[in-house]
Amino acid sequence: MINSSSSKKHGTDQQEISGPTAKSQRAQMGKPEESENKKRLKDVEISVPIVFGNAAFWLGKKASDYQSHKWTVYVRGATNEDLSVVVKRAVFQLHSSFNNPTRVVESAPFELSESGWGEFEIAITLYFHSDVCEKPLNLFHHLKLYPEDESGPMSTKKPVVVEFYDEIVFTEPSESFLARVQNHPAVTFPRLPAGFTLPPPVPIEDESKRNRGDTKDHPLSQWFLNFSEADELLQLAAARQQVQAHIAKLRRQISMIDGQNQQLKPPSDQ
Amino acid sequence: MDAKDILGLPKTPLPITQEKKSRPQKDSQRKPDGISREVYALTGGLAPLMPSIDVSQLKRRPPSDEKITWQWLPFTSSARKDDLQLYHWARVVNGVPPTGDYSFAKYNKSVDVIRYTDEEYEKYLTDPTWTKEETDQLFDFCERFDLRFIIIADRFPTSRTVEELKDRYYSVSRAILIARAPSPGEVAGHPLVKEPYNVSQETERKRALSMVLSQTKHQERKDAEVIAEAKRIAESRMAAQGVEEPDLPVTSDIGPENAEKAIGHGDAISPSNVHVPSAAVAPSTSILADNTSTLASLRMLRVYLRTYALEQMVQAASSSAGLRTIKRVEQTLQDLGVNLKPKVPTKAVCAEHLELRKEILTLLNLQKQLQYKEAEGSSFRDGSYGDMPGTPKRSLRAADQDRTFVPDTISFGGERVGKREQKRKGPGRVSETPSSPAHKRPRKLKASDL
Repeated sequence: MINSSSSKKHGTDQQEISGPTAKSQRAQMGKPEESENKKRLKDVEISVPIVFGNAAFWLGKKASDYQSHKWTVYVRGATNEDLSVVVKRAVFQLHSSFNNPTRVVESAPFELSESGWGEFEIAITLYFHSDVCEKPLNLFHHLKLYPEDESGPMSTKKPVVVEFYDEIVFTEPSESFLARVQNHPAVTFPRLPAGFTLPPPVPIEDESKRNRGDTKDHPLSQWFLNFSEADELLQLAAARQQVQAHIAKLRRQISMIDGQNQQLKPPSDQ
Repeated sequence: MDAKDILGLPKTPLPITQEKKSRPQKDSQRKPDGISREVYALTGGLAPLMPSIDVSQLKRRPPSDEKITWQWLPFTSSARKDDLQLYHWARVVNGVPPTGDYSFAKYNKSVDVIRYTDEEYEKYLTDPTWTKEETDQLFDFCERFDLRFIIIADRFPTSRTVEELKDRYYSVSRAILIARAPSPGEVAGHPLVKEPYNVSQETERKRALSMVLSQTKHQERKDAEVIAEAKRIAESRMAAQGVEEPDLPVTSDIGPENAEKAIGHGDAISPSNVHVPSAAVAPSTSILADNTSTLASLRMLRVYLRTYALEQMVQAASSSAGLRTIKRVEQTLQDLGVNLKPKVPTKAVCAEHLELRKEILTLLNLQKQLQYKEAEGSSFRDGSYGDMPGTPKRSLRAADQDRTFVPDTISFGGERVGKREQKRKGPGRVSETPSSPAHKRPRKLKASDL
């Protein structure tokens, strides 16, 4: 019986198993769906924080009935790093009233600009490199053109921006994937099993030679929202404290009442 | 081992396969399609299913030329060892009585019990637990009673179980057979040699059988419960696919063990004993199973969004809660100033969020518990539904004062709690439903006094 994979799962935390045993276990368990050269690390996950959404500019005087806004829908790294390290291409599925509603973007930055008047749901499908993941991932974004406050004036200078933070989680990543991205800023690298070593990364090409896929100097970058987990963590911690305090209080009250009830119980009961 | 396992009975009732056999037979005799039954009958139709009595057959038997008389005659039977002459009616044809042996003598069969000689006994058949006299007596009985071991066991002078007697008889016969056989190959086909008698298995089987037969309806139900539980645990374990949950195997082992003990001791253990462990097993394993199966299914996806994962985990955690409870959890989150869906769903944030939700669920459950206990308390104090004397009112007041800080909707913002209490009906007022309407007004006054 294989007993060394005795990792306890707490929520989404995952512990790892030692390297050499992991390999022999995999050989024993004989995962049928992968070939031996794609060694995967069980109980390891690697995540890529992303932000996706849209920015929409009102065209003001130049607006026509059917083209009142110019908008851009995009998927970017949460810290504006280049996503093409994991994403091979992005497919944006627009409303059927658009010409060629299926728009394919083959390189970073993964974005699409169009003009129109209507708000609709855009399905974004991310395809990953073959060593990353065979399956694509779907995101859904509701295009927003009009500001929340309907009564306010619309400005051609300030866009309506709606962004969502999320993280793409890859489970059981392959060694080659891990090796390739081990120092890349776009990726949240996991803690590896003790004693496990990766092959050295392929030397990164000269930045200037490649087309820059990061969005640090993107024209829209001034409108990008900031997402800080610190605030949310603080909020959650404070809330938890309050709830825990209440729980403790209730427990005291219950035991008190229990005591009272015991004395009150008529002898015929129970 | 389960009794049904030992007996080899299937856990689910056997499918009824017999119906298939009779159907093809019937089909060939059906009338052809296309014309109604009555019309086909006009043409002569099918033979009736019941053979009718052919009247012609009855009357047509030719009068025989023989003279038949019936006479009361004596007879002997070769089946009898003595010369007893009994009498019966015999059909005499032309004055000649019937010849031949008594017609039922051929049914007097008996068992070929192998008899051994004394030398054979010394050579092959000695056994520490059996004396020669006992073995001889056993074989005598076997012959006398045609291997009816129940009867043999009854009459055996020393007390031996049926299984022991059988074991001795069969092993002796087997040994003799093998010893007398010219070569081992010749007797290899003999059933005694091929399948020796297995004492332990037989004892087990009979014990299990008696257990199954003597089960009360109550125990039957308990058994079914445990088996269903075991199946569910096994399935959820398979779904978790190697994700280890040390709690699961331990609790599931306890369950069937307890049930078996209960069966073994029959009425000795009260049903509640068995019920409690299985009841305890059920909810905890279902929650654990939900969690682990969610994790497992997420892993199978290979790629997913953190928000999706959080959704799944939240669903799994609230699977046991009703819609109203879920709404209350969400209301509480809002009151606490927490986003229902985190704005920055990192791994840490999602974990905290999930834990917070679970804690709120605990909180709501405790509140409910407290309310029930208070209601209990007040019903004890009252004795009857009706007027609530002054003292209980005061003590309720005290309880309520505490409760104003922990209402169903937690007022963390320091709102006017009193007003809130007045407006809300339902769960907050559980402890007071026994009171008559006349007391509602005083209640309201009190609340606003705070």
